Amino acid sequence: MLATGAIGAFGVAAVAWPFIDQMNPAQDVLALATSEVDISKVAVGQSITVLWRGHPVFIRHRTPEEIKAAEDVNLADLKDPQPDSDRVKKGKEEWLIVVGVCTHLGCIPLGQKQGDPRGEFGGWFCPCHGSQYDTSGRIRKGPAPANLAVPPYDFEDSKVKIG
Amino acid sequence: MSDAPRFKNPVVRWIDHRMPIFTFLHHQQVYPTPKNLNYWWNFGSLAGIMLVIMIVTGIVLAMHYTPHATMAFDSVEGIMRDVNYGWLIRYIHMNGGSMFFIVVYIHIFRGLYYGSYKPPRELLWLLGIVILLLMMATAFMGYVLPWGQMSFWGATVITNLFSAIPLIGNSIVTWLWGGFSVDNPTLNRFFSLHYLLPFVIFAVVFLHLWALHHHKSNNPLGIDIKGPQDTIPFHPYYTVKDYVGIGVFLIFFSVFVFFAPNFFGEPDNYIKANPLQTPPHIVPEWYFLPYYAILRATPDNFIGSWVTSWLGFILVPAKLAGVILMFGSLLVLALQPWLDRSPVRSARFRPVYKWFFWIILLDAIVLGYCGANPPEGAYVVIARIATAWYFFHFVILMPLLSVFERPDPLPHSISEPVLKGGGFAPAPARAKPMEKA
Repeated sequence: MLATGAIGAFGVAAVAWPFIDQMNPAQDVLALATSEVDISKVAVGQSITVLWRGHPVFIRHRTPEEIKAAEDVNLADLKDPQPDSDRVKKGKEEWLIVVGVCTHLGCIPLGQKQGDPRGEFGGWFCPCHGSQYDTSGRIRKGPAPANLAVPPYDFEDSKVKIG
Repeated sequence: MSDAPRFKNPVVRWIDHRMPIFTFLHHQQVYPTPKNLNYWWNFGSLAGIMLVIMIVTGIVLAMHYTPHATMAFDSVEGIMRDVNYGWLIRYIHMNGGSMFFIVVYIHIFRGLYYGSYKPPRELLWLLGIVILLLMMATAFMGYVLPWGQMSFWGATVITNLFSAIPLIGNSIVTWLWGGFSVDNPTLNRFFSLHYLLPFVIFAVVFLHLWALHHHKSNNPLGIDIKGPQDTIPFHPYYTVKDYVGIGVFLIFFSVFVFFAPNFFGEPDNYIKANPLQTPPHIVPEWYFLPYYAILRATPDNFIGSWVTSWLGFILVPAKLAGVILMFGSLLVLALQPWLDRSPVRSARFRPVYKWFFWIILLDAIVLGYCGANPPEGAYVVIARIATAWYFFHFVILMPLLSVFERPDPLPHSISEPVLKGGGFAPAPARAKPMEKA
């Protein structure tokens, strides 16, 4: 009885799995997983938004004040404590590259364009539920539980390859 | 009602002998119904009518709609501009969703007022909650199909709720999307399920009616049927009463379809979906607003730090707490048959509950109002109070009331209050009670 049941359960699981897994990302979706961006034209203080895996990625050329503000924060004040140095590449501290998706419920925070609200911490402000991020993309206020994600990326001359 | 009816038509008799479908239909006609049902009892059949209207208009719309991220929006505009009477059919379907929820919410509050969920109708109530959940899933996915800004961002926000599940949350969201964001695969599967679920609802409605017909309808007095003198046949008495209700309801429905077709909608949904720009203010359809308010009501780290201080190690982030509360709001509703232990069904004889019923109705409206507004300032405070009241009412107050409330005396029978001289009436009529059943 037990053996029959076990083999039966295995059979059911084996048949069910293709029907569950078909909903996961298809091969063509997985294939489009990297993006290359030329950042030589992005001036200090400017931000650009690029698309990576269907999500916007924020590339901000930070000013020295913004870098200083991000580095000087007391880690004990942070909800998701992480030093600025862990969120940028060494020697390229002026480039902050984060996934522009609020970690609360997936809205796109404002703060990329001139005149956008950037919240109290000079980073980004999510219009959906009021989460506020600082100049290192870390969550400072509001319902979001985590910092803006840092995607895997590498600098190649004047370009950056995301993914 | 136990006897099989004699049919005159030989064809009918031939079929009925082999498959007693005509006997079944006959029993639906003579089905004994409490004779004191008021107009609040119309909303069940109205919900049934709405389901049929939605399925019929939906099937027709599917003939012209293209479930593809680059074409969906234009195909909906094509329905509006090019397809013959497409505007009418789409507006019926679009407003029909709202009408369906209006009718069902009234139906639910009817059940809460008259204690329709109490024994022996617990399963009937649970099946109703299942229908509500299926309706919510169907409506949510249907709203995504036009692929406007609210479609896209509503889908993004709601599917992201599942990311709050610890450990496997993100994998579940990717699985739901079929990619790394809401995109074409998401739209395709939502269309498939949006077409499927109404038929599942239809099946559960059938079970809902089966459970209903087994113990018969509750009634405004909330007392049991004592004999045939308390009932009238469903047809023609309640078919006629339902027709009156349907007439009034269809006029109400038509006012929106013809004069204010976008009243319940959001203008942003006439802008094509753009993954790079969030609308300034994402709101779900009105029927989700109370749940949306509950979702956003959890204070930052409040429950987290509260739970940690008690248990030492479990941390519930605000996001997860919001999701748990939102689904919990439906769970506590489902558990009403067991939380409300009062043997008296109808609020007419519950002098204290009667008031709390109106307060919880007001509470639901306040939650909806907060859900429609940005989560800032006073709205956050009000939403938190209203959320706390919602759970207090269903989880704490209802069990306490069942113990401490002193109900008013119940009438002896359904007939008694309407007949002169009080409680004598049933006596003569009871002469032949064995005739029924």
